[in-house]
Amino acid sequence: MIQIDDTSIQKEDNKTVQNAFRQYHSKKILFFIVVSVLILLLVGIAASFGSYELTLKQVYSTIFLGLFPSFGTADSVASSIIWDIRLPRITMAIISGASLGVAGAIMQGVLRNPLAEPFTLGISSAAAMGASISIIGGVKLFGSYSVVLNSFICAFIATMVIYSIAKTKGMTTEAIILAGIAIMFLLDAVTSFTQYLGTSEQIQAVVFWMMGSVSVANWNAVYFVFSIVLISIPYLIYKASDITIIGSGDETAHSLGINVERVRMRTLIFGALLTASVTAFCGIIGFVGLVSPHITRMIIGGDNRYVIPGSALVGAILLLGADTVARTILAPMILPVGIMTAFVGVPFFMYLFMRKRKELW
Amino acid sequence: MVNIELNGVCFSYPGADVLHDVTFSMRPGHITGLIGPNGSGKSTLIKCIDAILKPLGSILLDGKDVLKMDPVHRARTIGFLPQSSTSAMDSTVFDTVLMGRRPHSAWRISDNDINKVADALSQLGMQDMAMKQFASLSGGQKQMVLLARAICQEPKVLLLDEPTSALDIRHQLEVLNIVHQLVKERQISAIIALHDLNLGARYTDSLVMLRNGKVFSAGTPADLYSAEMIQEVYGVEAIIIEVLGRPHVVPISPSKPLPCTHYDNSDGFLLEIPA
Repeated sequence: MIQIDDTSIQKEDNKTVQNAFRQYHSKKILFFIVVSVLILLLVGIAASFGSYELTLKQVYSTIFLGLFPSFGTADSVASSIIWDIRLPRITMAIISGASLGVAGAIMQGVLRNPLAEPFTLGISSAAAMGASISIIGGVKLFGSYSVVLNSFICAFIATMVIYSIAKTKGMTTEAIILAGIAIMFLLDAVTSFTQYLGTSEQIQAVVFWMMGSVSVANWNAVYFVFSIVLISIPYLIYKASDITIIGSGDETAHSLGINVERVRMRTLIFGALLTASVTAFCGIIGFVGLVSPHITRMIIGGDNRYVIPGSALVGAILLLGADTVARTILAPMILPVGIMTAFVGVPFFMYLFMRKRKELW
Repeated sequence: MVNIELNGVCFSYPGADVLHDVTFSMRPGHITGLIGPNGSGKSTLIKCIDAILKPLGSILLDGKDVLKMDPVHRARTIGFLPQSSTSAMDSTVFDTVLMGRRPHSAWRISDNDINKVADALSQLGMQDMAMKQFASLSGGQKQMVLLARAICQEPKVLLLDEPTSALDIRHQLEVLNIVHQLVKERQISAIIALHDLNLGARYTDSLVMLRNGKVFSAGTPADLYSAEMIQEVYGVEAIIIEVLGRPHVVPISPSKPLPCTHYDNSDGFLLEIPA
């Protein structure tokens, strides 16, 4: 029988646990520092590449002087290239990658499914359908923002429909994923049907949109997506420990005082909002939402207080890295970023997976 | 110390009535065992007591209806150890035990929370496993980690849903010894759903036998166990012997007659070793 007593041995044992925890915590902090520095480096590298080459020093000084004009005036050509052309694209890639990473993290968490992401739940398909209807059907209710708003509205409606179907089935995680897959097939069929009716130019536009790209980025688009990020991510981080506990099972979460259905519903809605806002502007960018949380969890564990911001940073690196490669590898031709996210992310993910999961096989 | 009182508890899943008019009470500082055949409603009743399921009737903790309690207050009062040993993806042992602090703490992990987790793990001799992946542990170790989480929760009532069903005999005894010690030292109450009648006799102060969702009988193990009861509830021929001062059920066969010749039917206890 194991003895429960309060002796000096137990105090030593407690210290062992506390020290192990503090070491583990330090590792997490180190991860955030390294990833943040990587993003800053990548911003410089991404902004220096292009038809007008800039040095890293020029890039950083131009960004610094743009942010703090009282320190001096930047070169006007470099300033215009960086602030008007490259930074909106880079910022859009960072914010979009962060949004998709967070959306994937919370969906995998609250649905307890490592394959859950905006695709699995049909949210991306709904956005694609909205864009197709707008491009091919000529639905221009919102002027030049028709494609964006149409895909955003469709993605949001799809989330509500999936939630309503799942709620009638008792809101189990299986019900939500099954409802999402069913909706995904239905909406893909509608998208295919609209493409069938379109002209070759329209189909080309839809296909390009579906491949995903951050090339449409401008500061207005960045502000819109950033405003959704500002609303969603703080709430999700606030609810992070509840999301972690829901990952242990609904009954456990309920017994620990969590209103499981409410937390799950709200987090899925915020996840859908993040996905819809990115997909509306950038088209379908796969893989980032699926892989970023896995990479983060493999390095710093499963506590969502760290996984959610960590997935945001990893997602930002993945998408910014993929976009930088996409627009430089075959320059002046720019590849769709959706293709590059898979090319860049899969080898890294497989490396981590093979290395880390060996102990669990 | 908390008094627990169940009055007319009824629960149905769609198309299936599971619990009918379950009424019993238990004294504080006691371990009550829920026993009965598969499908008798043991797990359902445990989940009703923790308000995971919403039954009809009333379940009172010191006169307060658990269904009307604030969820966080309820979580501070009742701890639940589920039958399945699962944790969140990529969680460490420490992360899993820390979840038990959720009803007590804010967003930030305080030094007090870290100390409570360290205490719980040290008490169970698992201090060296704190940063191991929960998924990499054996079934017995996982059950111990979940017990540590329940200890961390500091409940006044502990509900355990078949905590030993997937464990070897060593881990069965370890888990139940710890629960017994916790209950007696902290003066909390525990309700344990068990399949093993002999563990029930050894580790509980009183038993509630469920059959078809109703209370078939209730009392101390010595009051409850008889060959007739085992025959009637389980459809199994059995003899009852006494081991370490507790009744011990020896199942014989689902259909064959008892192989002993000297069997006292009046109190259900064997007087002579069977031939």
